[in-house]
Amino acid sequence: MLEGSQLAAGLYRTMARIRAFENAAEIASQGGVSAYGSSAGATAKVRGPLHLSTGQEAVPAGVCIHLRPDDYLTSTHRGHGHTLAKGADMGRMMCELFGKATGFNGGKGGSMHIADFSVGMLGANGVVAAGLPIAVGAAHAQKLQKRDAITVCFFGDGAINRGPFLEALNWAQVYGLPVLFVCEDNRWSATTASGPVTAGEGASARAQSLGLPSVQVDGNDVFAVHETAARLVKEVRATKQPLLLHAITYRVKGHVSVDAAAYRDPHELEAALQTDPMARARAHYQAQGGDLALLDAIDAEAAREVAQALAAADAAPWPAAESAFTDIQTTGAGQWR
Amino acid sequence: MMSYAEAAALAVSHAMERDGNVVVMGEDVGRGGIFGQYKGLQQRFGGDRVIDTPISESTILGAGVGMALAGLRPVVEMRVVDFALCAMDEIVNQAAKNRFMFGGQGRVPMVMRLPIGIWDASAAQHSQSLESWFAHIPGLVVTCPATPQDNYSLLRAALECGDPVIHMEHKTLWMSQGEVEVEQRAALGEARTVRNGRHLTVVSWSRQMQACAQACEELAGTGIEAELLDLRSIWPWDRARVLESSARTGNLLVVHEAVQAVGFGAEVAATAAQETGCRIRRLGAPRIPVGYAPVLEAQSRITAADIAAAARSMLD
Repeated sequence: MLEGSQLAAGLYRTMARIRAFENAAEIASQGGVSAYGSSAGATAKVRGPLHLSTGQEAVPAGVCIHLRPDDYLTSTHRGHGHTLAKGADMGRMMCELFGKATGFNGGKGGSMHIADFSVGMLGANGVVAAGLPIAVGAAHAQKLQKRDAITVCFFGDGAINRGPFLEALNWAQVYGLPVLFVCEDNRWSATTASGPVTAGEGASARAQSLGLPSVQVDGNDVFAVHETAARLVKEVRATKQPLLLHAITYRVKGHVSVDAAAYRDPHELEAALQTDPMARARAHYQAQGGDLALLDAIDAEAAREVAQALAAADAAPWPAAESAFTDIQTTGAGQWR
Repeated sequence: MMSYAEAAALAVSHAMERDGNVVVMGEDVGRGGIFGQYKGLQQRFGGDRVIDTPISESTILGAGVGMALAGLRPVVEMRVVDFALCAMDEIVNQAAKNRFMFGGQGRVPMVMRLPIGIWDASAAQHSQSLESWFAHIPGLVVTCPATPQDNYSLLRAALECGDPVIHMEHKTLWMSQGEVEVEQRAALGEARTVRNGRHLTVVSWSRQMQACAQACEELAGTGIEAELLDLRSIWPWDRARVLESSARTGNLLVVHEAVQAVGFGAEVAATAAQETGCRIRRLGAPRIPVGYAPVLEAQSRITAADIAAAARSMLD
């Protein structure tokens, strides 16, 4: 159990930190936005749309463990997991969700625009599929600058119905760019089931039609994701050619945190909860002879870290009002009207 | 003497020599661009730095954003502004916003070339002048050169400024000739006084400057001395020079090829009205799509006679 057990605990730890962070953010976001029949109130600490990746944690955990700080990552509107897994600091991320000056973006972005360039995380994005062209551009720069690093591009199943998906895959393929595309297929496009609005066999089939090799994996099995991603990341790094990982998972929460997803068949959710990636990782760990007390300790440590992040975000100052006028443009700065 | 297109190629060539991070991409740039504005660059700098792309406007622009965030300084070609509408998310939500929304962690030093204007019976989807759309977006710089010299100087300035710039060349100016002094630099946001006058201030930009110059010449023949300003940069724009001149002459006529309603002339006019109280007249195209047949297309054009008539009516 030595090396394998350490790896399993490491993957579990990443998932536990993401889950704990998002659970806390979810509570702090209630009443944070008027949508889905809920009204915004003044008390919410996390305001605006908050997109949770609860139940999808195995994908970023299993993929990002293979990345280096100089590898780039682009994300989606549902990007907390990707950001934490890439190595971003949880405290600064919570500060950003609270809109505080100490957040990664100085309170200018919030959850939908979380970015930490210091670990190569080039930004979450409020527009579905918008990260794909940016990712291929970043990879194109890596190629032109003859860097050894790669780019990982996370996107969802909803994104494959937008044009930039096709354009970006084609681009990566024709220019031979070091990109690993990761489709985090959570089966929902906002509040519409993706299946009935998607022709053909989805992301992997569409990639293959462009000659871009793709692999499907059970995205709720962190060990399967880890093993498959290890192979793909290694291959992208070695060949500098794009590949696609199609991870099948499930979005446990609604589109945003105030969406109870009442439109969904409750049996579908029930079945999905049976395949919860953290529960499966625990079972696997135990079956391999691991001591669950260690995983409990990881959960407790994640809870402590989140509590500290919440306290720090609460205590942190708001951005100065003048910062609404900085980081916009240098040319013509000051000419705001 | 060189053409407006040659001046552009020279500016990009000089920038590429100076900075290895400058790359060019777009449809047909390898063979020099459809107007010759990239002539010789791929032969000189190679296909890795002068990149022929598929017809993928979203990804040409979006990849430019990714390249810029990763340290390059891309020049992206959209062929005509009308095609850039396929990439509005990448321009407006990504290029213009990334620096701010990421709290200054990244910048997008990218020059987006979006040629504007009516040319050669090209009808409704190849003839628009949409500079005011981009001037409306915080984060973007917008330039509209009228001469080969300004195309050279403004492109150099755009490439060096570090901000995302919408550089709007006019499609009927590509072959226009003029002296180009490579040492002459233009500051973004600085207008150029083309002629001095005391009765009236005429402000315009891009190809429309030619009709304005002709109109001013005609007016001079009848004793009306018009001061003509070429705005050159739409955002930031040289409000100090425009306000000083219009306050002095007491009359401001703003002329542009774009549709008059909600055109950038409205911004110039409203600012001058508020700040100087001068008399104001706007002249732009009617709010109709540009038609194909000559008689239809002509309805969208502002002529020297239109401009002179508007000027006279103000001074009556």
